[in-house]
Amino acid sequence: MTALHLAVALDGAGWHPAAWRSPAARPRDLFAATYWKSLVAEAERGRLDFVTFNDSLTLQSADHFAPDQRTDQVRGRLDATLIAARVAPASDRIGLVPVATATHTEPFHVSKAIATLDYVSTGRAGVQIRSGGLAGEPALFGRREFPALSAEALQSPQIQQLITERFDETADFIEVIRRLWDSWEDDAEIRDAATGRFIDRDKLHYIDFKGRWFSVRGPSITPRPPQGQPLVTVLGHGLVPYRLAARQADVLFVTPQDAAHGRQILDEVRGETDATGRGEQLLVFADLLVFLDADAGAAAARKARLDEWDGAELFSDAQIFTGTPVALADRIQELGELGFDGVRLRPGVLPADLTVLVESVVPELGRRGLFQPRYDRPTLRDRLGFARPASRYLLANGSAR
Amino acid sequence: MTGPRKQIVLGAYLGGVNHHTVWSDPAAGSQIAFSSFKHVARTAERGKFDFFFLAEGLVLRERLGRIFDQDVIGRPDTLTVLAALADVTDHLGLVATLNSTFNEPFELARQLASLDHLSGGRAGWNIVTSSDAFTGANFRRGGFLRREDRYVRAQEFLAIARRLWNSWADDDVVADQQSGRFLRRPDAGAFAFAGQQFEVSGRFSVPRSPQGQPVILQAGVSPEGRDFAAGGGPDAIFSPYWTLAEAQPFYRDIQQRAAAHGRPPGSVKILPSGAFVLGDTEADAIERHHEITREQISGRGAQILLETVWNRDLSGYDPDGPLPDVDPEPEAPLVIQGRARLHQNVFETVARWRAIAEENDYSLRQLAIHEFGHAEFVGTPTQIADRLDSFVQNDGSDGFILGSHLTPGGLDEFVDRVVPLLQERGSLRAEYEGTTLRDNLGLPAPASPATRAAG
Repeated sequence: MTALHLAVALDGAGWHPAAWRSPAARPRDLFAATYWKSLVAEAERGRLDFVTFNDSLTLQSADHFAPDQRTDQVRGRLDATLIAARVAPASDRIGLVPVATATHTEPFHVSKAIATLDYVSTGRAGVQIRSGGLAGEPALFGRREFPALSAEALQSPQIQQLITERFDETADFIEVIRRLWDSWEDDAEIRDAATGRFIDRDKLHYIDFKGRWFSVRGPSITPRPPQGQPLVTVLGHGLVPYRLAARQADVLFVTPQDAAHGRQILDEVRGETDATGRGEQLLVFADLLVFLDADAGAAAARKARLDEWDGAELFSDAQIFTGTPVALADRIQELGELGFDGVRLRPGVLPADLTVLVESVVPELGRRGLFQPRYDRPTLRDRLGFARPASRYLLANGSAR
Repeated sequence: MTGPRKQIVLGAYLGGVNHHTVWSDPAAGSQIAFSSFKHVARTAERGKFDFFFLAEGLVLRERLGRIFDQDVIGRPDTLTVLAALADVTDHLGLVATLNSTFNEPFELARQLASLDHLSGGRAGWNIVTSSDAFTGANFRRGGFLRREDRYVRAQEFLAIARRLWNSWADDDVVADQQSGRFLRRPDAGAFAFAGQQFEVSGRFSVPRSPQGQPVILQAGVSPEGRDFAAGGGPDAIFSPYWTLAEAQPFYRDIQQRAAAHGRPPGSVKILPSGAFVLGDTEADAIERHHEITREQISGRGAQILLETVWNRDLSGYDPDGPLPDVDPEPEAPLVIQGRARLHQNVFETVARWRAIAEENDYSLRQLAIHEFGHAEFVGTPTQIADRLDSFVQNDGSDGFILGSHLTPGGLDEFVDRVVPLLQERGSLRAEYEGTTLRDNLGLPAPASPATRAAG
């Protein structure tokens, strides 16, 4: 089996809602740059491929459909792209992948922000595009209306149609940010003193995107970023997002609950990539939420204690793992054997579970030949085995010339 | 003069996207690499500047329907660069120009509050408006807003941003692991606003930032702009005035308006922005300035600069010949799109230019150099220190925002040669007094909403 890619998803004090109460947590530092720098340094110490920074526009809530009134969980979060930019000069090799929300934001802004993250990190930028969340978001912007949502309403054909449309809009959004990254050819800046031209304008391109939800003319204000195309990732839990990923993403995060479910997901994703012909260009990562300890009982007890504090058993879209580093390596090995390209681990408590991951899981995976850090490759795309793409407009020009 | 010397406020910008930057200079570096921004910011911090200032680009300019290729074009995203600069500086304020027309208040307020957290309280926002459909073609909300509407939008935008920043009190994050209480109150961040252009509500997702509110900067010298500026508006205003005769009345007017709004003296800083050219002797500086302007404004460049006023294609006119003998066409489609209109009445401008050209026997290019090529400060380090200091001590302004024709190394000689002279006079700090941008500017911290509620 070939080696897997490894990523870590960062969010607040960790992915358990009571993580902040753990003695190992640093809840007073969640909004300080030093906290994020130390987490990224730790992940880089493990020579992981990249970290993602979770985000949403709405305040965190235990209720998926409305803001809650709880005061016992972490509330408040900084803009993920700015966190990534803040830590970029302080890190050296690790990929930096913030979450950005599509539905309510401007693709022009997101495109130049991620291109700039690629500049400030010298080729280590990516983005996890999420479609708008279901509740609370439209009112923050005041521009759109969505019907009131609940778990039952979610199943209605009307809501399903709206969700499909939202993912279509997200596909347009990604198309636009990608076109904007390509809108400057790599060698557009010529500084030709003889003619007084700073750029060769034939190497800049209008993207002229016109879609159902928005239109964008371009070109970008920001020259083509170091990677050409920063990494585009999405998280998906069903066919609609798998279809989006097959059309537009480089990496898809999925949430298999067991081996059978994992096989089913991979089949469904393959069905979608077969339709687009982008099979080789989409890496599929399995997400796991992890509580790690040298002793399996201790890990489970630690999670149980957090559940008790929170007043409910942890619920997550991703499979929850408690156990030893060796047992986690077994689980990761199974996922690799199923055909996943990588694993994204969501530490239950930060920095504690990240530290165990770096100190024990990564070496164990290395011993098994399941993880081979590629820090000799400076850009994130390189590390994941993607070539640096040429601008699509260069290709168009090439055939015209 | 009596009393202690006023401290000079200094901001630094990285020149670009206009004819000021001499990109053909062999010492000129990248206009986009992070290393350039880092160099200028660190140099400014070495010179004990108050802040680094970064403009914003939302569209590439065009001339006659084609992308304009004569000036530096291409810019990074403002907030993203500033967040990265927060890692390589410790005291320098980080000020972003951000447009209120093509952003949304919730998103921008969130980004600015995030930058304030991530920089330990060094964020600032220069709020600007825009109206043209040309820029709007890159954005969802699209194009044109009437002039009066965009100011309504800007004012509501700022009001919402402030409401969001005030939606969390200083002590709303308790994070007490023992009691299990993270939030002090269940509705932290709750907000609602209904105005002419916005109707928004929900909960703001960023706890109160180190400065409470990022520092607000604004340009605008119209009576409405002045009153807005002095009252509920910004902490600092860009001034266009460079002579004491013009600058002092503006300064006094703003301070009087601020006092009438109950703001304490010194709570609105006035800052002209401009460039400098240094020389070992005055003659040296003047000669160097001439060389730089000849580089900045080529014959072709001169035609194009004049096109911004004539609004006609002037490429057929000899740069070394007389001014074009035709009238401007202000009503025609814009020859150059995406550059701010600098002149309200172009017929008056052209008449004035013709008089200047005739009086001095200027060619087209010489006129362009005369009108567009000047640096505001040309002289020896001592002369420039004298002029900056006396302008501030005589209430022409509170300080300056300075750029150089050379990216990224141009600011170095100012910091090496002029800054020590200002420090010797006691007009510029020898060390930073605090850590936030408000500390640098001597602005009071805004009251926490909880404090207000309790009082």
